[in-house]
Order: sequence, then C-alpha cells, then structure tokens
Amino acid sequence: MQPVNAVELRNVTKTFGSVVANNNVSLEIRKGEILSLLGENGSGKTTLMNMLAGIYFPDSGQILVDGEEVAIRSPKDSFDLKIGMIHQHFKLVDVFTAAENIVLGLKEKGKFDRKAISQQIRDISAKYGFDLDPDRKIYDMAVSEKQTVEIIKVLYRGADILILDEPTAVLTPQETEKLFSVLRNMKADGKSIVIITHKLNEVMAISDRVAVLRKGEYIATVETKDTNPQALTDMMVGRAVTLNIDRPLPEDPKDRLEVKGLTCLDDQGVKVLSNVSFTARGGEILGVAGIAGSGQRELCEAIAGLYPVSQGEILYHSRVDDEIDSLVGKSPMEIRDLGISLAFVPEDRLGMGLVGSMGMTGNMMLKSYDKGGHFFTDTKPPKTLAQEIKDKLEVVTPSINTPVRKLSGGNVQKVLVGREIASAPAVLMAAYPVRGLDINSSYTIYRLLNEQKAKGVAVIYVGEDLDVLLELCDRILVLCGGQVSGIADGRTVTKEEVGLMMTHIGEEGSHD
Amino acid sequence: MNNLINFLTAGILAAAPLLFGVLGETLTEKSGNLNLGVEGMMFMGGIAGILGPYYYEKAGGTNPYVALIIALVCALLCAGLGALIFSVLTITLRANQNVTGLALTMFGTGFGNYFGEAAGHADPSGFLSVSTAVKGVFNNPIFPDAMVNIPLIGKLLFSHNFMVYLAILLALALAYFLGRTRTGLNLRAVGESPATADAAGINVTKYKYLATCLGGAMTGLGGLYLVMNAGAGVGGAWVHNCINGYGWLAVALVIFAVWSPKRALWCSLIFGGLACMRYYYPISFIPASIYDIVPYIVTAVVLVAVSLKHNRSNQPPESLGLSYFREER
Repeated sequence: MQPVNAVELRNVTKTFGSVVANNNVSLEIRKGEILSLLGENGSGKTTLMNMLAGIYFPDSGQILVDGEEVAIRSPKDSFDLKIGMIHQHFKLVDVFTAAENIVLGLKEKGKFDRKAISQQIRDISAKYGFDLDPDRKIYDMAVSEKQTVEIIKVLYRGADILILDEPTAVLTPQETEKLFSVLRNMKADGKSIVIITHKLNEVMAISDRVAVLRKGEYIATVETKDTNPQALTDMMVGRAVTLNIDRPLPEDPKDRLEVKGLTCLDDQGVKVLSNVSFTARGGEILGVAGIAGSGQRELCEAIAGLYPVSQGEILYHSRVDDEIDSLVGKSPMEIRDLGISLAFVPEDRLGMGLVGSMGMTGNMMLKSYDKGGHFFTDTKPPKTLAQEIKDKLEVVTPSINTPVRKLSGGNVQKVLVGREIASAPAVLMAAYPVRGLDINSSYTIYRLLNEQKAKGVAVIYVGEDLDVLLELCDRILVLCGGQVSGIADGRTVTKEEVGLMMTHIGEEGSHD
Repeated sequence: MNNLINFLTAGILAAAPLLFGVLGETLTEKSGNLNLGVEGMMFMGGIAGILGPYYYEKAGGTNPYVALIIALVCALLCAGLGALIFSVLTITLRANQNVTGLALTMFGTGFGNYFGEAAGHADPSGFLSVSTAVKGVFNNPIFPDAMVNIPLIGKLLFSHNFMVYLAILLALALAYFLGRTRTGLNLRAVGESPATADAAGINVTKYKYLATCLGGAMTGLGGLYLVMNAGAGVGGAWVHNCINGYGWLAVALVIFAVWSPKRALWCSLIFGGLACMRYYYPISFIPASIYDIVPYIVTAVVLVAVSLKHNRSNQPPESLGLSYFREER
C-alpha cells in the first residue's frame, strides 16, 4: 500500500539543557499538500523542522519518511530523504554565484560543468515560474532573489518535501503573492510543503491544513477551510485574544521632528536617501513602509546621528519651550539627550543596541553609565530598571543577569524596546520592533507604542507587515529606493495602494 | 643586463620558499582557519627535512635520490603534524586561532633550533649537515645544460632546482583546485560560511582538518627549501634560526595576493626580489640592513592598502579566524 504521509513524526521530544523545545510532538505531513505550522515564538516550530533538516537530532521519538523509520543525523541525511529546508536566515555564500550556491556540497561524478548546471537551473526556474539569473553573485541580489536561490537549491537536489521557515517575513505583498503561486505550482507537481509562519492571513490563503504548536507541545491539526483566524489564534495562545490593534485618534498633535530634503550617501557615494521630507508629530504614530533596504535604516540612523547627512535639515521642536534645534552635526549622545530614542531591531536581532553576552542590567547601563559624577558606576538604577522591564513586559529570563543572548528573540526585543521607552523620549523610533515576534509579544509591543503615543511622544514605527502598519499608524510614510513615494493616511489607504507606492515613485498622490 | 638576469634568477630562488608558505597558508585560510604558525611549521618541516637524510646517510645510505624522498616525506609529515596540533586545538576544541597559531610558531621555532643544535653537537664535525651529493639534488638545475645556456631566457627559466618548479606547479594546481572543482568550491564555502556549507551537507570538520593539515605540510616544504637551498640559506646544513621570519612574510603575502594562488606567483617573486636586492643593486650610502626591512615595510603598506580597498570579490574568507559549532545560536 502506498503511504499517504510523506513524513510522520511520532512522540518527538527535544531538549536544550533544561529547556524543553519540543515535548512529545506527533505530526504528519501528507503528500502533495501545503501544511502551515503555526505557533508563537519559542513554541518550537523551527526546532521541530530542524530535526527534519538534520540540524538537530531528537532526544526521543520516531521520524518516519514514506512510512519507514529513519534517523536524520546530518543535513546530508536529510537531502538523501528528499527533504529540503529554506531557513529564515538564508544560508548562502555571498561571494558565490547563484549557481555555485545551488550545487554546493553535491557529490556528483564527472566534470564540474558550469554551463550545464546553469542550464539545469534555468529549466527548473521555467518549470515553476521563478525568475533567476544563475550567474549573478549573491551580494548583488535583493532579499527575494536570495530566497529564490534557496528554494531552487533544494529543488535542484530533488527535494520532494520543502520546509520554508517564515518565508514571507522579508517580502512585499507582491513578492509574497508570486511566492505563493510558485508554491501552488510545486504542490500541483506533487511536492509536500511545510510553511512556518505567524501571519494568519497567509495561513488562510495558502495552506490546506494548519498544525498548531504551543510552548513546545502539539495542539492540533485542522483543515484550513474549517477554521478562521480567531480560532487559530486562540489555539496558538491558549486563551482568547482580541486581534484588533487600538488606534486612538491623535490628541493635539504638535510638530516634533521636521525632516527637510534629507539626502545621505553611502560609502560608495550612492544615494541611499534622496530628498526625504516629512514631519513627525507628537501624539501620533508615523509608520514607515518600504521594501527591505529602501533606506529605512539610514533614515533612522541619520535622525539618531549615526549616519552622515550630506544634504538637508533635521529640525527638532522641543517639548518644553518652542525652541527649534537642528540635529544635523550633533553627536548621537547629544541627540539622545534631547529625547530622541532609537530602538532598531536588525535581522539578527542582537546586532544593534544590545550586548549579547551582558545581562539585562548591563544592557540597561549602556545608556546610563555616564550618569553621576563618580569614578565608580552606580548599578542600582539599572538593576531596578531591568527588574521593572522584566516584570512589566513579562520578559522570560532566569535572572536579570542572564546574558541576553540566551533569551529567545521576543524577549530580547522586549528588553531593547523597554529600555528605549524607559528613557522617556520625546521622539521614539522603533524599527522592526516586532520582527519575528509572535502575536502575543507583538501586541505587547503595539500596546507600549500606543502608551507612548498617548503620552504625546512622536512615535516613528518602521515596519514590515503592511497589515499592522495599516492598523496601527496614523500616517504612513512610504519609502521607495531611498525616496519618499508618498505619505498616506493610515485610516483610509488600502494595502494595495501602499504596496504599489513601495515599488513605484510618484504614481500615487500624497494622501496627507 | 647580466646583472638584471642574475638578480631575477636569485629572486626566483628566494621566492620559492615564500611561495610554498603562501600556498599552504592560502589553502588553510580558504577553510576559514587562520594559522599564524607558518613560521613554526617551516621550522618543523626544515629540521625534519634535514634530520631525515642526515640519519639516512649516517646509517650508511648513499643514494641521494632516496635521501631526497626521505627529506620531502619528513618535512611534509613534521610540518603537517604541527598543523594537526593546531587543528585539534582550534577545530575540535575550538581554541582561539590567533593564540594557538602564535603558540605554534614559538613551539616550532624552539623545536627546530633544539633538534638542530642537539644533532649538531652530537656530530663529530659540530654541524648538522648532509653530504654534497644530497645538496646537489636539491640545488642543481634539472634541465640539461644546453637549455640553461640559451642566451637570456635559459638562465632565467631553466637554471633552477626542482623545488622551484614544484612550487610553481603547486600554485597552478591549487588555483585549478579552488576555482574549477567541486571540492574546491566546497572548501571555499566552508571558509566563507561554515553554517551554509554544513546545511549543504558538507563535512565542515573534515574539510577544515584536511585543508589545514595539507596546507601546513606545504609550508613545511618552504622550510625544507630554506634549509637545503644555497640561494636562500646556507644550503644543506642547519643554521640557528634559519627560517628567520620567512613564515611571517608568507602570512602577509597571503593577504598581498588576496588569497589567490596565481597572484601568489608574482607576489612572492616581488618579495623574493626585495629580499636579495642588496646583493645586486647595492646603493653605497644606504646601510645593508635597510634592505632587510624593505619586505616588512612593503608588507605593512600592503596590509593598509588591502584593508582600505572595498571590493566584494577580493575579501578574506568571511569566517576566517572563527570556530564553527553547529548547535551554537
């Protein structure tokens, strides 16, 4: 009899030290289906799939592929079983071409024929509807192209089971749509696809079935057509959660930060920001939307004094008196002392703002070590602050002195955002504060931002998820290739309009 | 004209040991391992390479070609052993590569000098040296006199000992291996991004071990050359501290040649030329010791120039100097 399940996990358990990542999880992946794996951060989705990819080995339990029990001890074993995983952080060699990355590690006999390999890659691209030049170097590619390379890499190895770890986190709505159509082509070709995601609308759009994990435990698998986002969220979180983000009307908005004709060049002399102008007002949330790398990071850093400004003005209207300060030319420390705070969460989450090997206390001190006039530092206030943040934001950590590197992504972000808010800023820039966070933690962050807004802080929220931007922000500034393609009213603009503005300059009028 | 040809010929002779060192270290660094112990491994290769044939002759052996083979094998094995120590410490035990490399240099220097002195003292002549016949196979041209005597190019191209040609062939072979084979591609991936290589099913540990040990063994040939060749050292005898910083030059040259075996060919020639320039183009008012520091000054200038240049294709392997542990987050 032909087994219907491509993969079956039976009572799989995996622990890291005293932390249980997966407890007794049983799951099946059918042939020719798209299965969504849903769960909060730290619920063990990625760990579970890494066991199929050969990155981790289960402590106990069985894995069956095509009905036969297997031991997957290395990524190679995983390929041999025709399982391919596309990791959240792309595993590509930057200085290699797409083709070189794709054939990497293959043990094929005979001549290393680059032309034939490129041709094979073009064939695969054509078959599933990808768009890729095999001879381009990875460092010249946009994020979505890198993802394409990753997917073709596993297809080239003949994978029949594809696991995608949060594939849409880095894509625009248009790119996501394109990816989904490719995934549907693969499904039609008989491949099994597992997609790990937080985004409920995508779960509903693409998958046949949804499996839910919570805190390392398997909850249930349901047919997508029989469920709805609210039910899934409840399963995921374990209690009823309201899915609406509050958006109170701004009270008495006052101009706080005025950016005029801001232009910045990178070290190659290329314009990363070109003639950017906008005003951020106290008491409102200004969203910044754009495809990854459209100048969001440079904009935040220029305002915070971390990126050299070649032209233009950044004016700060003081909260106390009506004095206007120019920020250009001020040091990051002076800008911070004016009350402008930046919480930037980079892709690796730890790269900016926090020191991984320090505990929460130490990280709090990074912002206050120069307070007080003594030779010795005063550790009491940061300790109190760390404890406060831990309690208020429900940071899960053994102690405030545990290195933050050991915390899960969501908790790291709570520490970062919590610290920036604690400095009682007048302008709070939060760049990707919910990057990779689960729904519950994300909502905590949105709530915190809204609290700041209510206090009259000018909040600048740089985000990836358009749905959230549209629900949270009062106005949305859309960047495209370092230019402002428009400022839209968050209450009236549609997702499609913003998506279009992200890819086109000047075709959308300003809604402001 | 004659002086120029003599200078270039001497430059080639002085470049060969550097080239062995550069190639070995390039292979090592392509796997992501920064082995600063080249100097030490050259000492180890050098002393083992002379002790082998020395004891062979003491035991009554007379065939210089057998002595040659013994010398090569001993040099490769002993320098490879040094690299193996480095590999165990840095790959398996994940010790810091810089510290381990420096320790290997100190260890190798002491190792070479100790056995060199000890064997010299034990010998009736008071020196550790091999017979003229063995010196001959290491120093004589391998091409017939007719070719060597071709005007202009004869001396330049055909008058060298076999190790010079071996070094050049090795450079071409290494270039082919790294650029044109699957295994070479895999090795470069290990050095660039071991996590990527691991996920692609490449045995990172195996590649790192093999590249580091083979690379170390290659640098040992450089040490052997310095001990055996008259153009670069005394020739066929052990001299205290005979490696004399050549290993460090090789490490710097790897950067100068931006990790390319082909570029290493002419880069090592430049440095070889600089090293023996004073014998051919002495300038009366400049003290001879100024010439000695020229290669090191050029190295420093090159290091600055390379780090100022931002070219994505001419960068060191991205994970150079870092240990890899799969389950680390």
